[in-house]
Amino acid sequence: MLTKLLSGDMPRSPLLALILIAILIGLAFAPFLFPGVRSIDTAARICVFIVLVASYDLMLGYGGIVSFAHTMFFGLGAYGVALASTHMGRGFDALFVGALSGALLAALLAFVIGLFSLRVRAIFFAMITLAVASAVAVLVSQLSGLTGGEDGLSYKIPRELGPAFKFADGSLFGVKMNGKLLKYYLIFGSCLALFLLMLRIVHSPFGRVLLAIRENDFRAEAIGYRVVHYRVAATCLSAFIAALAGALYAIWLRYVGPDTSLSMEIMIDILLMVVIGGMGTMYGAVIGATLFILAQNYLQNLMGSAASAVEGLPLLPDLLNPDRWLLWLGVLFILSVYFFPTGIVGRLRSGK
Amino acid sequence: MSAAPDHSPTMAQASLSQRLAPYAPVLLVFALMAFGLIAIPSTSSWLTLTVSGLAMGMMIFIMASGLTLVFGLMDVINFGHGAFVSVGAFVGVSLLLLLENMTGAPSLALNLTAMMVAIIGAMAATALMGWAFEKVIVKPVYGHHLKQILVTMGGLIVVEQLIIVLWGPEEIYITRPEALKGAVTFFGAALEKYRLVAVGIGAVVFLAMRWILRRTKIGLIVRAGVENGEMVEALGYRLRLVFVGVFLAGSALAGLGGVLWGLYQEVITAHMGNQSMILIFIVVIIGGLGSVEGCFIGALLVGLLQNYVAFLEPKVALISNIGLMVAILMWRPMGMIPVVKAK
Repeated sequence: MLTKLLSGDMPRSPLLALILIAILIGLAFAPFLFPGVRSIDTAARICVFIVLVASYDLMLGYGGIVSFAHTMFFGLGAYGVALASTHMGRGFDALFVGALSGALLAALLAFVIGLFSLRVRAIFFAMITLAVASAVAVLVSQLSGLTGGEDGLSYKIPRELGPAFKFADGSLFGVKMNGKLLKYYLIFGSCLALFLLMLRIVHSPFGRVLLAIRENDFRAEAIGYRVVHYRVAATCLSAFIAALAGALYAIWLRYVGPDTSLSMEIMIDILLMVVIGGMGTMYGAVIGATLFILAQNYLQNLMGSAASAVEGLPLLPDLLNPDRWLLWLGVLFILSVYFFPTGIVGRLRSGK
Repeated sequence: MSAAPDHSPTMAQASLSQRLAPYAPVLLVFALMAFGLIAIPSTSSWLTLTVSGLAMGMMIFIMASGLTLVFGLMDVINFGHGAFVSVGAFVGVSLLLLLENMTGAPSLALNLTAMMVAIIGAMAATALMGWAFEKVIVKPVYGHHLKQILVTMGGLIVVEQLIIVLWGPEEIYITRPEALKGAVTFFGAALEKYRLVAVGIGAVVFLAMRWILRRTKIGLIVRAGVENGEMVEALGYRLRLVFVGVFLAGSALAGLGGVLWGLYQEVITAHMGNQSMILIFIVVIIGGLGSVEGCFIGALLVGLLQNYVAFLEPKVALISNIGLMVAILMWRPMGMIPVVKAK
């Protein structure tokens, strides 16, 4: 049963299994285990990013394709929900239509970009996606009539998902039975389903072919697989799922803006999460996203106290300034590409 | 013995379109200029726009040329190239701010000296940085595109953050040297002096580069290395050293481009390198990865189109470059002047 659910991809390392179970339990009971607005926000963010990072891993770790447009796909889903909710009024149909149309648009865009670039050289893809993503980000911030520009859009989601809606009286373990709890479990359930779906995809024959292409595309072509078709298909799938993740994030935040869904910073975050967690292992996305977001929320405090500890010394306080944490992540990123190309999961699995 | 197959040679001259094909990219630039002349109602504003388009194109070319050569020679794609642009701009602008009494004086000679100092300082700094970047970041990941992209992107992040540590997070405003402010009027068109200088510097860099690549021994080795590296090594040349040299030169050029770009925008931020990467990539792709001439023509096309479209239809200007890239890739999927590898 469990094997089937995980598509035969068992953690294969006791420590890894322990960590994964801890994360699963932590997320599944987050509203009860960690009460408080901030921690439940963090939990929802982790759920969404696990899916987003895993979908990126589908492209990078399995397909061997580097894309810088993943936030664009993410943003398309988010803006799809936002626009549908603004124009169709609050309701589940608006959420559904928005998420689906955003995801379809993302897949279509990925298809077009893929056809243009992957057909020639896989390396074109990285450069073209960077250009297209930045053009889309500029467009979104300029077309303020449609997208709200830099301010973004706030909108209403169905009443059943708001804190004012009570589906049961009283509270369970001190947690109010309101719509917000429902919304968290909607996000959690969808993310879990999407993650298991991706796990299924990478262990299907399709996923095997992708791995073969990653290892040696020339040989895969010689065996008789149309490399371009597989790469484009992987890109479209990945874009589709990323857009769904964006839609979930938009439902959770009830707001979209360029900073939350389209910015280059998020793209860099995704890259870091994939590489640190482990490329080419779906579980790497889980560990990478969880670690990264926890670090983002709590490491900065630590750096702040470190900076005040070395106050008075030249340059050091600036280097340890909490705003400079990307610097240290960048260094960590380079080191992990060199020394741990398989990331945390790869390390744990190799048993060292 | 079987009879020899029929052989009837024909001496037909190549058709006009066939003879024009190699020159098509160059002709495209003139076609775009002609299109601008027709589409833009007044000739004087066309002239202004053309000069600013050329200036922008030249600056993009200076920034992009190093990237395309490095790729052509060693198959290394450097996503951190933008870091050199930012560092060049910051070093150059800091020097200019130090030499305030020289840039503030209304004497052209003093102004140009200050600019030369800034440019040389910036180029030296970025060349040094390029050397370090090559040693530390690029060298361990030769022949592995995926890792190259990731690692150089990481390098870009680190350098960007270090700039913020050293220069602070605020953007720095800079005014151009006194004698380069304002515009000259030419046939009723206002041409900014600084843009004319930028066009001049760009043209000099392009011609010098072309001369080095076409007429000197080192250029011959570089060109041969682009075409077939193993063969050049078999002939006894240490391509690795040549490559480090090219990487250094490319970084220095990116630094020069950064100074020019910073003075053009009159404001510099730590993220300017990252932003300029987008234009650089578009130019390098439409020119054909590895081709210097293609990069030059691509840069001019991007600069001109951006200026014309921004004048005619400001909203469309945001995506005009992407449109240009799509159109060119549909016409020639490997870029305008594809580099043929003998492998």
